[in-house]
Amino acid sequence: MSSSAEVQYSPRAIRLARWRRASGKLWKEFAKQKGGVVGLIGLGIFIILAIFGPMLVSENATSVVEATGERMAPPGDGYIFGTDDRGRSVAELTILGTRVTLIIGMAAAFLGMIIGTTVGIISGHFEGKISWVLMRIAEWFMNLPTLVLAVVLVVIMGRGMLVMVIAIGVTSWAGTARVVRAQTRAVEGRPYMERAKALGAGHGHQMVRHVLPNVMPLVLASTIMAVAGAILTESTLAFLGLYDPASVSWGRMLNQAWSAGAMTAQAWWYILAPGLMILLVVLCFTLAGRALETALNPRLRK
Amino acid sequence: MTVTQGAEQAQQKTRGNHAGFVRYLINRASGTLVSLLAIVFSAFFIFRVLPGDPVTNLMQEVENPTPELEARLRAEYGLDEPMMIQFWNYLTDLFQGDLGTSIQYNVPVMDLFVDRVGPTVLLGGVAMVLAVFIGYGLGAASAWRHGTRFDRVNVYSALVFFAAPTFLISMLAIIIFSRELRLFPTGRMGSAQTPDEFFPQLLDTVYHLTLPTLTLTLMMYSGYLLTMRAAMLDEMGNDYLTTARAKGLRDAAVRRKHAMRNALLPTTTVVFMSLGNLINGSLITEMIYSWPGLGYMFYQAISVPDYPVLQGLFIIFAGSTVLANLAADILYWFIDPRARKV
Repeated sequence: MSSSAEVQYSPRAIRLARWRRASGKLWKEFAKQKGGVVGLIGLGIFIILAIFGPMLVSENATSVVEATGERMAPPGDGYIFGTDDRGRSVAELTILGTRVTLIIGMAAAFLGMIIGTTVGIISGHFEGKISWVLMRIAEWFMNLPTLVLAVVLVVIMGRGMLVMVIAIGVTSWAGTARVVRAQTRAVEGRPYMERAKALGAGHGHQMVRHVLPNVMPLVLASTIMAVAGAILTESTLAFLGLYDPASVSWGRMLNQAWSAGAMTAQAWWYILAPGLMILLVVLCFTLAGRALETALNPRLRK
Repeated sequence: MTVTQGAEQAQQKTRGNHAGFVRYLINRASGTLVSLLAIVFSAFFIFRVLPGDPVTNLMQEVENPTPELEARLRAEYGLDEPMMIQFWNYLTDLFQGDLGTSIQYNVPVMDLFVDRVGPTVLLGGVAMVLAVFIGYGLGAASAWRHGTRFDRVNVYSALVFFAAPTFLISMLAIIIFSRELRLFPTGRMGSAQTPDEFFPQLLDTVYHLTLPTLTLTLMMYSGYLLTMRAAMLDEMGNDYLTTARAKGLRDAAVRRKHAMRNALLPTTTVVFMSLGNLINGSLITEMIYSWPGLGYMFYQAISVPDYPVLQGLFIIFAGSTVLANLAADILYWFIDPRARKV
């Protein structure tokens, strides 16, 4: 009898049950918001498209030599979204662009999340000079025209996927840092932190074992919204000609449409297809992130 | 006796307040100074210390690169000197207002800046004023009627415009309004054949200004709308509004004179802090409409790449956002007495 009780009430089982209950409650609050659910479904579709998209298109979709269509042909005639300036199918290129856009956006937001969470927790945990200096740095990054800084970084370090991820990541972490810092301050005041300190927990243990799990849900919401911003910056960089030369992305397609004179030719399909994809994916990430934030924060729920 | 005492006290209070402002100003201004120094240092770091210096990149573009050419270019840009000397030269030049010489035009960057700053301020200023009025007006109205269809339409359209890349809006606007309907020009600030008199020039500028301004306004207003709506919703639970209504004030008066006034406090400073966002937006808008401003100048420098122009504009753009922040802090002292306790 005692053994079954032990199994049931082992710290791990308790933690698991608590976690399950909390996430169930969170999901219920999230599901109440129609916008958030729509955003989440949209994200699912985009992720499926990013994974399986390349299997849907013909093998030589990006090849200039093998292109069969006419130059900037309007939709119809076998091409749902017409053709680009080299006679390739715009629809196929758009599907191919999903993967690169999502990868760069998510990787940059992830990098920003790591920097932002670290800075936020450290500056929230330590009072005094460290905190002051870190928050001034975060403030500085928050107000900077981030696109200008990202452009300069890519121009200097050379075009490429990794450079883009770094340039967007290091310019977009400040918002996360501020949210995490505020939450850390709130957690630091709770009695269990006092207990941990009384039991001799060091700074590292306090930050990693007690503060981090408590700020994680908010970090997740803020990261989801950061992906939206990162995708916008990524496509803007690519549109300005700073795309990764080795891969197709929506921003790069728009850059090509722009320089090939799609405006003069009024080839709206060439602009609308990748442009709407950017709009939709950014909208989905924003909707899902906002809904998660609302579900986590009872004050926003009114 | 008591009267003079009261007067003395009042005088002391104003003096105390005055000293408080000076302390507050010194506190904020020192932060600004640190930020400006950080910009100066980081501009040097990015352009001279990070891998990939101007000459190495330029050498890749040149048809037959020789070591002699590389050495000459290095000497020309002062890149052959030790890093500390380079930094000292950079600092002394900067404090004399010398931002280097543009590679593509062979003109001092400062002269180019003086030429191009007017159009940018015009476009950005008009767009910002429009966006603030539309965003704050709709945001307040939306919060006041929150939960209604009007509110939902407002919030969702703001989110869509928030998600729409500026270049998509600009390109579609040109295709629809310039190419298809032929209502507005596709770009530039004026036509060559306009007579050189005041009114024709003014009308021509307005004609060219319309589309880029509306594009930039659409890109900016959603942020203001969401900020104002959140601030209003925060205010709306407060008791003083119930009191105002109980006094028999009309709904519109309660909204305008009581709720909105308080909600404006946190949102006013947001306007100053959104300068960075405005710069990001003007970069793209100016590029697509070939608007002869700083953003277009920045864009043209990218493909060359014209390092002195990029570096100079980076310093100017980043510096102006930091100064705008200081302005927001100073303004806050005057509009919100609660800031004075700090």
